Amino acid sequence: METYINKGNKSTKVGFGEGVFLAATNLDEVVVLGADITASVGLDVFAKNFPHRFFSLGIAEQNCVGVAAGLALSGKIPVFSTYGVFAALRTADHIRISVCYNNLHVIIGGAHAGISVGPDGATHQALEDIAVMRVMPNMTVISPCDATQTALLTKRAIENLKGPVYIRFGREPVPDFTSEDQEIEIGKGQELCSGNDITLIATGHLVWEAIEAARHLREQGIHARVINLHTIKPIDAEIIIKAAKETRRIVTLEEHQIHAGFGSAVAEIVVQNHPVKMKMIGIEDRFGESGKPEELMHKFKLTGDEIFYTVSRFLHDNL
Amino acid sequence: MTLNPITDSNSLKDISYEIRKDILRMLAEAGSGHTGGSLGLADVFTCLYFSAMNHQPENPSWEQRDRLILSIGHVAPVLYATLAHAGYFPKEELKTLRQLGSRLQGHPGRDHGLPGLELSAGSLGQGLSVAVGMALAAKLNRQTHRIYCILGDGELQEGSVWEAAMSAAHHHLDNIIAIVDRNQLQIDGKNSDVMEIEPLADKWKSFGWIVTECDGNNHSEVLDAINFCKKQENKPQLILAHTIMGKGVKEIENDYHWHGKVPSKQQAEDFILHLTK
Ligand SMILES: Cc1ncc(C[n+]2csc(CCOP(=O)(O)OP(=O)(O)O)c2C)c(N)n1
Ligand SMILES: [Mg+2]
Repeated sequence: METYINKGNKSTKVGFGEGVFLAATNLDEVVVLGADITASVGLDVFAKNFPHRFFSLGIAEQNCVGVAAGLALSGKIPVFSTYGVFAALRTADHIRISVCYNNLHVIIGGAHAGISVGPDGATHQALEDIAVMRVMPNMTVISPCDATQTALLTKRAIENLKGPVYIRFGREPVPDFTSEDQEIEIGKGQELCSGNDITLIATGHLVWEAIEAARHLREQGIHARVINLHTIKPIDAEIIIKAAKETRRIVTLEEHQIHAGFGSAVAEIVVQNHPVKMKMIGIEDRFGESGKPEELMHKFKLTGDEIFYTVSRFLHDNL
Repeated sequence: MTLNPITDSNSLKDISYEIRKDILRMLAEAGSGHTGGSLGLADVFTCLYFSAMNHQPENPSWEQRDRLILSIGHVAPVLYATLAHAGYFPKEELKTLRQLGSRLQGHPGRDHGLPGLELSAGSLGQGLSVAVGMALAAKLNRQTHRIYCILGDGELQEGSVWEAAMSAAHHHLDNIIAIVDRNQLQIDGKNSDVMEIEPLADKWKSFGWIVTECDGNNHSEVLDAINFCKKQENKPQLILAHTIMGKGVKEIENDYHWHGKVPSKQQAEDFILHLTK
């Protein structure tokens, strides 16, 4: 089985900051809006290096979105980031009309994604942002699996995409395992492990956990395919349909509500093209809570071990 | 070529009169839409597009143009009629308002490609933020054009307007002139009954804006207010333009029921017969 080596734990928000910084070094048009949590979304590097292109707007997320729209209408490439709960939800109508209906190249960074945010608890754990962002017309939704990939995709989204983009990333340092020169394309999934017994389709931090689970499964003689869907919209239908046909079972993994989220996005493709039995692993219609990130990942059954058990039961007992 | 500014009040009045006729006819033809606010703003729009603003109708994406951000998308008819009169597109097209396939969407939609339209809008409380973004970009680019933003008075009940107001002052955006359509009315009735917004001038001043007031249905007062704003530095400016909802049609003036009601085609012609300049 393909093996992946953790180069060392690193937070995906740091990757986001690096990606923005790199794009800003190439493009003068890149500007950043601050909403009073600049460092905790990884944008302090930009602010320090490009102070004249950094605009502090205070704790006023709705205004940030509109200001970003005005900047984009004037040829700038604005990046606005705050915790995903606020970036995507507090501002939803402003994103819908000022950004998406106007189809503007605004980059919205949703930080603190998922349960792994930890001790801050339910108010700060973004578990509904994928659902709300992916339903917006014109929006691209990106959810990279580690810091290296976050930097790559952030830079590429800023430089190459045209319309609105939502990029989702976490707070906790997590395994950084993809390579700088990986083959990657926005809108195309990556098959990380091959196998034909079942497919695990994961996004964000859970990609690493999916690989872990696949390793345990392999010890039991089960060959699980692992796919990283770093782009949730536009979704890579081809890789999903192929997996449905070749492996006949699909498990989705997300640090997000399973309703209307990532698993649902995969299911939309599966049921319309090649229905197979699916299992959605994620948060099941409840709020998060405080705890250490690893405690929460365990409690919500999102670690490699827990995923292995869930997948085994799904395979053997159809549960 | 930039339009030659018209400063003569009588000529401006004539234009507003024609714009009002078009507003009534296009709304009657459409069978739905917002009559009151559109009529009330006809004089302000005439002053902007025929006198105050630097723009080129034959070159709508001219980089140095002044921008007009219409935050209250519901009064799209006054914007459309004014743009047509200024030469952005044929007046004939006004008849297509709100119809399938029209570039004149019920609320402005840039995706339909109408020349001169700067922003898709219709959700209240968002336009001033967009104006702030445009003003920041102009400052960054060392450009000297202005951003005009039209707000409703009821709209000021949206909290996000005040986020935007605070940020414009914080960043010293003296290239923004915001104009509030102060008609004292909104859908459910008088602003003061629905949700009091006074003391309005003091609110804006305390948010760091320069405030001036005018009769928004008097062309020379509107132009004086804009000229006053153009002389200011370091702070964004706001004009409280006191208007009459439904202005020009005596039967409907100051009646909030006409916020979102339209005349029948016959009624529109009767209104036009007695339309006051
Ligand atoms: C966010 C939002 N809430 C509600 C509406 C529905 N709406 C459209 S116009 C309007 C009243 C606006 O009042 P005002 O700004 O005074 O405009 P006027 O009635 O004077 O034209 C309302 C509530 C909307 N378009 N957007
Ligand atoms: Mg009003």
